[in-house]
Amino acid sequence: MTERKASLAIENGTVLHGRAVGAAGERSGDLVFNTAMTGYHEILTDPSYAGQVVVMTYPLIGNYGVAEADAESAGAWPEALIVKEMSSIPSSFRADGSLPDWLEKNGVVAIEGIDTRFLTKMIRTEGSLRCVISTEDHDSTSLVAKANKAQATDGRDLASHVSCKEPYGWREAYDETYPAWLPAEPGPRIPVVAYDFGIKRNILRSLVHCGFDVTVVPAWTPADDAQALKPQGIFLSNGPGDPSAVTKGIDAVSDLVGKLPIFGICLGHQILSIVLGASTEKMPFGHHGANHPVRDLATNKVEITSQNHSFAVQADKLPDDLELSHINLNDHTVEGMRHKKWPVFSVQYHPEAAPGPLDSSHLFRHFREVLTS
Amino acid sequence: MPRRDDLESILIIGSGPIVIGQACEFDYSGTQACKTLRDEGYRIILVNSNPATIMTDPETADATYIEPITPDTVAKIIEKERPDALLPTLGGQTALNTALAVYDKGVLDEFEVEVIGARPEVIRKAEDRDLFRAAMRNCGLEIARSGVAHNMEDARRCLAEIGLPCVIRPAFTMGGFGGGIPYNVQEFEEIVARGLSLSMNSEVLIEECLSGWKEFEMEVMRDSADNVVIICSIENIDPMGVHTGDSVTVAPAQTLTDREYQNLRNASILIMREIGIECGGSNCQFATDPETGRMVVIEMNPRVSRSSALASKATGFPIAKFAAKLAVGYTLDEIQNDITKETPACFEPTIDYCVTKIPRFAFEKFPGTDPTLTTQMKSVGEVMGIGRTFKESLQKALRGLETGLSGLGLDPRESVEALEVDRSEVAHALRIPNDQRLIAIRTAFRAGWSLEEIHEATKIDRWFLENMRELVDFEEELRGRSFSPALIREAKELGYSDRQIGHATQRTPDEIAAFRAEHGIQPVYKLVDTCAAEFEAATPYYYSAWEAETEARPTSAEKILILGGGPNRIGQGIEFDYCCVHAAYAAREIGYESVMVNSNPETVSTDFDTSDHLFFEPVTHEDVMHIVQATEPKGIIVQYGGQTPLNLANKLHAAGAPLIGTSVESIDRAEDREHFSTFLKKLGLRQPKNGTAKSPAEAFAVARRIGYPVVVRPSYVLGGRAMEIVYDDNTLDRYMVHAVEASPEHPVLIDKFLEDAIEIDVDAIADGDIVVVAGVMEHIEEAGVHSGDSSCVLPPHTLDPQLIREVMDATKAMATELGVIGLMNVQFAVKGEEVFVLEVNPRASRTIPFVSKATGIPFAKIGAKVMCGKKLKELGVSKEVIPPYFSVKAPVFPYNRFPKADSVLSPEMRSTGEVMGISMRLGEAFHKAYDAAGVNLPPQGHILITVKPADKRRIVGEARTLVGLGYELVATDGTWRAITSNGIACARVDKVGEGRPNIVDLIKNREIALILNTPHGKKERRDDSEIRAAALEANVSCITTLAGIQALVSALAAARGGDFPVTSLQEHHAHLIAETSPV
Repeated sequence: MTERKASLAIENGTVLHGRAVGAAGERSGDLVFNTAMTGYHEILTDPSYAGQVVVMTYPLIGNYGVAEADAESAGAWPEALIVKEMSSIPSSFRADGSLPDWLEKNGVVAIEGIDTRFLTKMIRTEGSLRCVISTEDHDSTSLVAKANKAQATDGRDLASHVSCKEPYGWREAYDETYPAWLPAEPGPRIPVVAYDFGIKRNILRSLVHCGFDVTVVPAWTPADDAQALKPQGIFLSNGPGDPSAVTKGIDAVSDLVGKLPIFGICLGHQILSIVLGASTEKMPFGHHGANHPVRDLATNKVEITSQNHSFAVQADKLPDDLELSHINLNDHTVEGMRHKKWPVFSVQYHPEAAPGPLDSSHLFRHFREVLTS
Repeated sequence: MPRRDDLESILIIGSGPIVIGQACEFDYSGTQACKTLRDEGYRIILVNSNPATIMTDPETADATYIEPITPDTVAKIIEKERPDALLPTLGGQTALNTALAVYDKGVLDEFEVEVIGARPEVIRKAEDRDLFRAAMRNCGLEIARSGVAHNMEDARRCLAEIGLPCVIRPAFTMGGFGGGIPYNVQEFEEIVARGLSLSMNSEVLIEECLSGWKEFEMEVMRDSADNVVIICSIENIDPMGVHTGDSVTVAPAQTLTDREYQNLRNASILIMREIGIECGGSNCQFATDPETGRMVVIEMNPRVSRSSALASKATGFPIAKFAAKLAVGYTLDEIQNDITKETPACFEPTIDYCVTKIPRFAFEKFPGTDPTLTTQMKSVGEVMGIGRTFKESLQKALRGLETGLSGLGLDPRESVEALEVDRSEVAHALRIPNDQRLIAIRTAFRAGWSLEEIHEATKIDRWFLENMRELVDFEEELRGRSFSPALIREAKELGYSDRQIGHATQRTPDEIAAFRAEHGIQPVYKLVDTCAAEFEAATPYYYSAWEAETEARPTSAEKILILGGGPNRIGQGIEFDYCCVHAAYAAREIGYESVMVNSNPETVSTDFDTSDHLFFEPVTHEDVMHIVQATEPKGIIVQYGGQTPLNLANKLHAAGAPLIGTSVESIDRAEDREHFSTFLKKLGLRQPKNGTAKSPAEAFAVARRIGYPVVVRPSYVLGGRAMEIVYDDNTLDRYMVHAVEASPEHPVLIDKFLEDAIEIDVDAIADGDIVVVAGVMEHIEEAGVHSGDSSCVLPPHTLDPQLIREVMDATKAMATELGVIGLMNVQFAVKGEEVFVLEVNPRASRTIPFVSKATGIPFAKIGAKVMCGKKLKELGVSKEVIPPYFSVKAPVFPYNRFPKADSVLSPEMRSTGEVMGISMRLGEAFHKAYDAAGVNLPPQGHILITVKPADKRRIVGEARTLVGLGYELVATDGTWRAITSNGIACARVDKVGEGRPNIVDLIKNREIALILNTPHGKKERRDDSEIRAAALEANVSCITTLAGIQALVSALAAARGGDFPVTSLQEHHAHLIAETSPV
């Protein structure tokens, strides 16, 4: 393979050059770093990364290739990937192929040879930054200009963009190699409707594992249509972008709260909070990693969680009906809430993990308990 | 739960002497624990027999017992101190086993001492094979097929089920000691027999052989609120079959998908809960089948370990410190992350670099030992490299290893790049795990082996091999591409040193450095921060990288740079780390910022709390010069880290680095033979006749001039590497070939060997104005036994005061003449009335910690202050301290790890560690020291005596004493005659070959409690070594010098005087204030 050049430019004028290790082309988006040391394939297939350029802080990426079983959706969602060093071979009995090949096939532009720690610190201190990565243009001035014209995720309804277009049923649980914490639920199956704002497969598998029959519906599905499916509960998924821009989703959830039990994760949690009268704000650089400590205020226990969000619910603006249930121990931001009267609860982090620790997978069982009690 | 207020005092058990499998990582963890719990306001009582530790500094604990770590002694300390709690999880296996034994004796119940950190039943559940396996089954985790045997019959039954090869591990031993992998029935029975005898409870585990599987470790912490976090994952490059301590390991795990990683994580959490570790750190080990991912649990250590020290250094997360806090009630979320200062410790560190650890071996010290790596640990130290990539960290670790390598390949020592290698030789080096395997992999790639072939032979994961292949490929680029800034930058990013680049491009390292300077190709420094830059780090813990941005924060304060000693090895161990740590403390105390450079993850010096700036880097000229440029120190201390930094002195000095203390010229004057002779003549001091030889012919000429026997050694080595006593031409001839190989750049030194001379070690300190003798130590073993392997007594126990005065005066004269600023060590030999100077080392010596503990004066710290310009008078050190009690230092040897090596003492140092015994009574001090060193001191039984003719006369007195003490004597013919002819009762036994039963039979039948055997001439050497081998097998101590025998007899006699009291160092030192004698 001949070495191909790639260049990265950031809106603040920083330009770095490296080698192209993915698709050819030029992509732009919001820079976001992820501190997980494993799970790049899950991250690349997580629809929540739509519109973003992902910097992996762990420097050695691609070591174990890609395995179809780890894909969190059918496609690749980030605009581009930035790494320090891309492995030239995949080494795992699980691998179906190499990461560079996968990136190329899925149209993700990728660059290696970058001081990713430098970028991470920059994002930490300067907040969200737009950037462009190109395998075609290596001119600094031109690239920086492009970075400044790049579209930020703020105010964009990316959820509708990544959502499924038609409803579908999901019956697949974890496969036998999955390191599930809890035994599969043997009881009768409970129908739920899952709003797809960018849903990850492991959420669906976790729901099935805990005894749900899931019908996935598009982000814009009206409440009536959802209720017509006769679900016993509503699940609100994760997804990309600004929650306040997901207007149809907000409308639907507004019609559903108080009528059916609801469980929301990540963007679903944010949408729920907006519906219930709380407000969200953009964080300086968000939480993206697999090591965030979250305290469950009910039990006082700390769980290590997988996180990926740039917006957060504002803790000081929770309406009286909402109770703070989980907080992040690093920065004390809102990680979960529950409604004081209705069977409605949500978390900001990812109990389905993939990638990350499975400490919180019991929340899916909790959803079942809420529905059956 | 916050701090427990129901406890006031806590007893912490240390790990004792440095041995293979238990090294200075426990000084690191123990020191952290002592400091942390003292800061929490607890009274800390410490027991540790190892004087060369920071933890036994009198200011680390409230009451420091330098006493043998035995259940009896610990019981006495408990009875005296009445601690509320006992913390056994920070002193390695020694502390754990001792705590269990004390618990089983009922001492803890009697004195109402609570075991904190891990309750006895938890320890037992984790350590007892049956209980552990039952526990694993209980929580649904898979374990290798196995059986437990308490005798050979059990073992054979297990074998029938499991088959060969299988793995044998004795229970309750550390470092897998005594285990092995048998491939045939004979080997099986041998290893089982050895394992049964070594296990505390005669138990061995026999299990399915997982050789070739991938091996992982998880460092885990759990608190009393059931919060569990993984601190670090570690992947062994060497697959299963090699002890993890002997494996090249990498952090974090590199080849696991997230799903596989979470599987290990879940399993670790299950194990913690099932075993019941409620407040502390543990290490869980797993094997996974590379073809299917099937995971089995190997073991767990319910305590901090060598791996947790590595994990702490690899992540910046201080496991031992937090384990101590958890033990006294805190939960993880109540503890702050030391590095970010903002976020809690209840999280999982994420790192943005790669860490490689490489073990350091000492096979060259033990001729005849099999260097094959097995499940029994054999390495004596380790080095860690941090890099942004695996390639970078691997090269750093290799060049920090101090085996002469500059990285992977492109070694200037390679005369010819042999591409025509013997395929079967390479195959063997790949297939059979050994300490040269990384090098063999490179050789194989260069010889055209494919990655698959190498993988098949080594079972090393392809990812690691691919990274090495990329490096090997780059060698050709470096040789072939045109020399350009781009090429050099690429080489640096791949971790190549200037030496390697220079070698490939036919330039000197200095030329490469100059070229880089000209083109701005310089390293940056990145922070180790536990969080991959997500939060701001408060702690200046750095590693170098070749990247876009540096994070080094220049400060305006004046700095003192301290160069550490690199990996532990025999001859350069914890003593030097102790000194470096004191230098860091000293610099801080007098207003400088301290900057530490070291590459040894086991040490206190690489704790980011020890110095103001820590650079975790190889201690090489290039790496040090980069740090000098980045930090601009006012002074650099090269005299404290042993030979590693000292070897850099000349070149650093020449490069303009501001070395402080004794000048390079003075060091050279003491080390260079000719300069040294002139120097001694000037002072009117005597030295043994000597000469220097650069060839065998020159060596013979010297030998003829000064006469045999002679001591030969290469110049500029530490630990007596390749040092021998030579009695004839033939041996000298063989030696010269060997020695020139050992150190080609330096000539061989030849000295007249002074037979039966008493050796004396003197440590002194000088500031340019005055010289103060820190301590005079009389060796037990005669001159000719390496000083590091000899026991010694402070103050001297047999020497005439006049002679001591002479030695002290000579020391002062030499220090003054050399212009020593700081520490100096002199070795003298006394033969009759004559005093000879053997060597002078104007640097910190191995004995400095011992002397400091004995005298209560922190000489290493004071020496560092003097080097920074302070005067001894202002530091309050202007007169000698002669303690009223005896301090005995005794060495500890690793012969049990190298059963085929002969245990006789020689000029080549082979001890790994040391212990100290202190008492007003000499015999008692000996007893304590020997007891602490693991010498079996039987209260009764048969003592076998067989000594060389020259010792026969003098053994009689000792024999009489022993009989008087109630021992029964057994001796071989010559010795037997000497003893019985003096009317002393003694039984005669046949030598090997004389008849049966012979001596070896008696030893094997466990009829002998102690062996006193001084080596005979060449003819009977085989007989002697058979005795010593049998002794090792039977776990009977064997004393090989007459002086050692005399000391031991005095120890046995002292034991008849009743129970020894235990006395803390602080109590001993209280005597000094009253009894200090002026000069």
